[in-house]
Amino acid sequence: MTEQNTIFESFEPDLVDRIAVGRREAITKYAKSAVLWGSAPLTLALASTEAFGQDLPATVVDVLNFALTLEYLEAAFYEQGLSSRRLIPSESRDVFRTIGRHENEHVALLKSVLGGSAVAQPAVDFTAGGKYADVFENFATFRLLSETFEDLGVAAYKGQAGRLLGTGKILTVALQIHSVEARHASEVRRIGGKLGWDSAFDKPKTKAQVLAAAQPFLA
Amino acid sequence: MDMKHSPTRRTLLKWGVGTTGVAVAGAFLPNFGISAALGADLGSGDIGVLNYAYALEQLEAAFYTQVVANPFSDMRPNDMTILTQLRDHEVAHREFLRDALGNRRIPDLEVDFGGINFRSRRSVLNTARTFEDLGVSAYNGAGQLLKNVDYLAAAGSIVSVEARHASAIRDLIRPLSASAVGQGVVSNGLDPALLPSSVLKQAGPFIKTEVSAQALP
Repeated sequence: MTEQNTIFESFEPDLVDRIAVGRREAITKYAKSAVLWGSAPLTLALASTEAFGQDLPATVVDVLNFALTLEYLEAAFYEQGLSSRRLIPSESRDVFRTIGRHENEHVALLKSVLGGSAVAQPAVDFTAGGKYADVFENFATFRLLSETFEDLGVAAYKGQAGRLLGTGKILTVALQIHSVEARHASEVRRIGGKLGWDSAFDKPKTKAQVLAAAQPFLA
Repeated sequence: MDMKHSPTRRTLLKWGVGTTGVAVAGAFLPNFGISAALGADLGSGDIGVLNYAYALEQLEAAFYTQVVANPFSDMRPNDMTILTQLRDHEVAHREFLRDALGNRRIPDLEVDFGGINFRSRRSVLNTARTFEDLGVSAYNGAGQLLKNVDYLAAAGSIVSVEARHASAIRDLIRPLSASAVGQGVVSNGLDPALLPSSVLKQAGPFIKTEVSAQALP
């Protein structure tokens, strides 16, 4: 385990603490070149430290904070949904529980990299000022908003990818989150009796478009 | 597992040798006199990465074309709708990349689906899951190899559709399961990202043409 210690010694101490969860697994995977980036906050933290030292470029901070805002929104949405009794039908609970866990993992990942630059969790209003008043009582409303957030997330990451060009592994990790959001979107749409996609090519959204769509849910 | 396969179907994507052209999904294209025995190298830089994607899309398109043309007997209600959509998408991806690459594209690949039992729902869906998950990992790993922002955008518009496919196939295999949203492949909230060398190793058994990627990692 000397090798692992050496790797960790190259980090600032509190960074090591922030990324401590699951680090052994991540290090093991990192050591295998076949898998570029297996898992864990460690990988992105490692990537950013490797690429930029402790000062992330402003563009990267901006993109990752934008992503973090959306992930906060999603994570809070599923947390509230999963804790609402009689909302999610039992047959769909595995799906939403798994989605919720992924969103929490995305939040942890992005926060670990941004460290002190991370934006705070926004206040949320999933009724959007009363428009979706039954969001946590009516599964149809909940599912529809879930679909909206997932498709929005896919389009948001896609729209930001170009801004991460040349950041190497940070771009890779963003892509690794992006495709997970797409898996979510597809399944949530299918639960609603729809196809999991609109066409053979997904379209990106600009930051402004995404923020306009998310705005009603940010209190 | 049924190891038999129809020679006529096998030749669907066959890269013609000593003929004046190649039959690809009904179209007749010049083969520039290249022999399949020489194999195909994907090339370097962004072109190499696009050719790599083009190779994978050829593989997927050929697979779903064969699936839809030979429906397995134990079809369930949504199967055909979804498999037909996936075929159309993969053909669209293949044609998009073919157009983007123009005359810098690799030749049409000859596929080898001898290990797939097209009469079995299980064999077909498990293969589909392998291809879709592999496609997602491949695009995720290829993004950082690209220099041109437009190519990155194009890859991004394809990869999320592949991920949507993966989810749909996983749902057909196990409806409403955690697997349908990536359990088993997604780790700590992240899809894998694989390098071309690793992806080509996994795709190798399904591609008869020798595909090399000497200038890609």
